[in-house]
Amino acid sequence: MSAPALEVQDIVKRFSHGAETVTAVDRVSFSVAPGEVLAIIGPSGCGKSTLFNVIGGLIDGYDGRVLVEGETVAGPHAAIGMVFQDESTFPWRTVEDNVAFPLEIAGVAREERLRRAREYVSLVGLAGFERHHPAQLSGGMRQRVAIARTLASRPKILLMDEPFAALDEQTRFLLGDKVLQIQQQLKQTTLLVTHNIAEAVQLADRVLVMTYRPGRVKRIAKIALPRPRSSAVASGAEFGRYVAEIWSDLRDEASRGMQDDESHLKAG
Amino acid sequence: MSESRASAFTPIAAGLATVAGVLALVEAMIHAGWINRFVVPLPSAVLASFGRVIAEENVLWRTLYTGMEALAAGVMAALVGGAIGALLTRRRVLRLATETWVAAIAAAPIVLIYPLFLVVFGRNASTIVMIGFVAGLPPVILKTVEGLSGTRRVLIDVGRSFKLTTVQEFWKIRFPAALPTIFVGFRLGIMFALINIVGVEYLINFGGLGQLVNELAERYDLPAMYAAIFFVVLVSVVFFLVTERVERWLASR
Repeated sequence: MSAPALEVQDIVKRFSHGAETVTAVDRVSFSVAPGEVLAIIGPSGCGKSTLFNVIGGLIDGYDGRVLVEGETVAGPHAAIGMVFQDESTFPWRTVEDNVAFPLEIAGVAREERLRRAREYVSLVGLAGFERHHPAQLSGGMRQRVAIARTLASRPKILLMDEPFAALDEQTRFLLGDKVLQIQQQLKQTTLLVTHNIAEAVQLADRVLVMTYRPGRVKRIAKIALPRPRSSAVASGAEFGRYVAEIWSDLRDEASRGMQDDESHLKAG
Repeated sequence: MSESRASAFTPIAAGLATVAGVLALVEAMIHAGWINRFVVPLPSAVLASFGRVIAEENVLWRTLYTGMEALAAGVMAALVGGAIGALLTRRRVLRLATETWVAAIAAAPIVLIYPLFLVVFGRNASTIVMIGFVAGLPPVILKTVEGLSGTRRVLIDVGRSFKLTTVQEFWKIRFPAALPTIFVGFRLGIMFALINIVGVEYLINFGGLGQLVNELAERYDLPAMYAAIFFVVLVSVVFFLVTERVERWLASR
């Protein structure tokens, strides 16, 4: 078996609010093989986004290590490309200029970076929209621009934080198809953070289920659905079985989260 | 004419028609004796005075003079106000200490301190430009702070994920994201500057259109005075259109 593309070792992240200290993520460890898609799923408040920010290098002050191909990384790293949950395209740039952004930062000449940007625009299925501005696109198209922009930096690991959370169910499935197609084509190692079970099963090779606060690894489920895959798998019995299995893992955690929220509201 | 061109001209035509309608109404009210013609001249008399104002009062040169003063004040306000705004965004304590004062200055009648400026700079264009500059500064500062500090967190995170330096983050993300808000401040600043410039020209009887308005008012030539005021409005419209173009150009960089 090849060496992991990404290793997360014993990550612990605590936040202090006055005298109170909350452990958001507690001794989380896992690895992702090259070309693999790992989905991290958990209820709201389980520390998924904290973990995303730790791995992406956007927050520090944590215990444990993040390794890319065996090398410890601290802070944002060129090997890790991030796609955010919130709309993150630059509204003042055209689609191709958005996608060319990391190449511009890397000092690639304008002609060359636009040529490469157009390749990625085409890869995410937006050929013909190169000169459009984000305001002229739908939410799903804008998220594809954000994915293309991250891919244009040629990261070893694609880190996505609930990239389709703001989209409707149908668009979400179709964009899932697009991600599967890109993943198939680029053999891109991907770490997907999500709270959507169907999305996790549709896209991932393995699903890591997290506990509610503090976020710990509850179980890692292998998704043995065949590849190449598409949203058509959602109609199969096996897909339903995986969804049910993960939901049974998540149910207690989600209930705990809900009770915790309610007790906070009562107290507050 | 294509449908899109026709629809582009519709608002302009509707605007001109509204102005013409209001002027016709004022004309009718003056003729009917509802408005005193010695206070408000007939719009037709104002229109008729344009040729005289252009030929005899050198109004085009005066328009250019006032326009250049406003441009100088506006550019200075944009550069200095933008820099101060950027500094206040980065230094929170400084911002908290000064923001209320800057807002208070924005509401103050700056034009009334012209005697001080006369003492410092003399009765010349420097006094006029400096008062315009001081008047134009607060909106530029306030809107620059608002724009730069209002950049969405996720855009900053995108920059961080691509390992941008602080300078790159400012020029590639914070500044373009803030540009629409900064330009609102710049437009307000240049309008504040223009109002104060014309006001000081009027008060010290020096310079371009303000001085002309003063002289025509002294002569009680009301139609010509209103014609001169039209040129003040024209300067304002030109600045609005030019800043809009500059904003679009900068946004596409």
